[in-house]
Amino acid sequence: MSAPSRAADQSSGAIPADGGVLAHTLSRPPLPLAAEIAIWIVAVGAFFVVPDRALLLNEIAILGLFAMSLDLVLGYAGIVSLGHAAFFGAGAYVAGMLAVNGYATPLPGLLAAGLAAALIGFLSSFLILRGSDLTRLMITLGVALILLEIANRFDDWTGGADGLYGVAMDPVLGLFEFDLYGHTAYFYSLSVLFLCVLVARLVIASPFGLSLRAIRGNRLRAAHLGIGTSRHLVAVYTLSAFMAGLAGALNAQTTQFVSLEVLDFHRSADVLLMLVLGGTGYLYGGLIGAVVFKVLQTLISDLTPQYWQFWIGLLLVVLVLVGRDRMSERLGALLPGRRRGVEGDPA
Amino acid sequence: MTIIFDGIAYGMLLFILACGLALTLGLMNFINLAHGAFAMAGGYVLVVLTQRAGVPFLACLPLAFLVTALIGALLERTLYQHLYGRSHLDQVLFSVGIIFMAITAVQYVMGSSQQIVRLPDWLQGRVEIAGIGMGVYRLFTIAICAVVAIALQVGLVRTRFGSQLRAAVDDPTVARGLGINVSLVFAVTFAVGSGLAGLGGALGAELLGLDPVFPLRYMIYFLVVVAVGGTTTITGPLLAALILGIADVLGKYYVPQLGAFIIYTLMVLILLWRPNGLFSRAVAR
Repeated sequence: MSAPSRAADQSSGAIPADGGVLAHTLSRPPLPLAAEIAIWIVAVGAFFVVPDRALLLNEIAILGLFAMSLDLVLGYAGIVSLGHAAFFGAGAYVAGMLAVNGYATPLPGLLAAGLAAALIGFLSSFLILRGSDLTRLMITLGVALILLEIANRFDDWTGGADGLYGVAMDPVLGLFEFDLYGHTAYFYSLSVLFLCVLVARLVIASPFGLSLRAIRGNRLRAAHLGIGTSRHLVAVYTLSAFMAGLAGALNAQTTQFVSLEVLDFHRSADVLLMLVLGGTGYLYGGLIGAVVFKVLQTLISDLTPQYWQFWIGLLLVVLVLVGRDRMSERLGALLPGRRRGVEGDPA
Repeated sequence: MTIIFDGIAYGMLLFILACGLALTLGLMNFINLAHGAFAMAGGYVLVVLTQRAGVPFLACLPLAFLVTALIGALLERTLYQHLYGRSHLDQVLFSVGIIFMAITAVQYVMGSSQQIVRLPDWLQGRVEIAGIGMGVYRLFTIAICAVVAIALQVGLVRTRFGSQLRAAVDDPTVARGLGINVSLVFAVTFAVGSGLAGLGGALGAELLGLDPVFPLRYMIYFLVVVAVGGTTTITGPLLAALILGIADVLGKYYVPQLGAFIIYTLMVLILLWRPNGLFSRAVAR
């Protein structure tokens, strides 16, 4: 459209400064504390309103955590990733394989899965430091595909295309048995989500988080200010991978099943959609987006079980054409205490 | 040798499929992940025309090109043109949405099973040239792709339209000031790129297989060709496509248990080594 924005966008590949259009539309002011508390009250309260939908709530909590982990990378560091499912899947498989092989205590399994994902995130983070947006897209996508291929190939361990059956977990902390209705599962996932949000809040409010935002704004300038840009990106990518791994592990432990689907491209695309639905850059976007996405998915697939993907696609297209910001701001306006239109108009 | 020949045919096919993407991505700086959807459209045009309407195979190829180019032009005018100046994230989201819609739409209309393409008799069978067995259809594919590649190169470098396009890409404002209808140039380029994908999809329906998840299955291949080949020339993607095609066929033949693993690893390594592609200018756009 307008020439200056095009030029700005194009120059982003030339110098390692990925500012321009992307950074402009990613930032958002943090939620006021009252709104945050309200979200958590709603999250806990939802269980008591619809206890028979606890399985769905559990799924939302897990996807919310997953989307929040992506937010750390996209919303705060400005890296567009199409392969975040790699970490979700890695976590899911590690947790699943541990449980199948007899190490069925949930919390250590969770931690191990998170660490394994973090390791993969750490290693692959060096790959995304260079190149343009396109290169990063390709590399994130490629890493997810490589993992998918590995999971498919080593089917002795992962169950391959059949999936990993027989993930039976011990009670959480030895006290809370997993039940069929997902009651324990929901509170388990919600607690992990809560802890992760707390950690993420601390991280983004720290000098480290501020440096990240500086990098997102203009990497070259941030480097000139003496910020170790590569170090920061590696750290946040690893942290994000850790949390995505936790989400994957929760998924494996609470659904007691792992299939290749956890590494699928769809998962990476869906999580991106969720995050964008909810809005990037204020931590809760992922959670809100996960709620909207899951509710939509449930409603639509009740109507047309086979073709719900079409409507998700349509949603994406409309979302982009209407403008991500306007959409998520309208959603955000529904929340108590959330101000509208604080950031400049994206158009 | 036969395997290498197959690899070349495969690579040429990939080039035709991906060169449209090289145009939109390299020249117009638009990350269009939905490129494979146009290729799929071309494939389905071929299948429908040959099987339902009884149009001869050869006549279907230009038709596949035309129909897909039309679809491309239509979409460009209605949707894509609004996204040229937007962030890459927007473009990615948008084109993923298009992929999802294309997949389900095709599933709805054509069913989700794999389509079978009937080749005319004269394109079947094999010939021996200098002791190398070659499939006639593969030879045919290579010939068509070579013609298209040369035409593209000449079109971009030698013609008036080619220079207008490059001018429009380098600086749209000045190009507009010089009286070049930039949006028309972009629209035509997009249409031609989509049409080429459609042609590739039609040609490749027999070799690559054709079913509704085609755009997703081959998305990574197209992107690899463009990302590895660099987006500033036509020869870069061509070489990248050939390397990819040969490596993939060799890999599948000699170490089938590794499957697509080789390709992805190769891609990651090449991008690590040369983040802006193997054959790009020093500073990518």
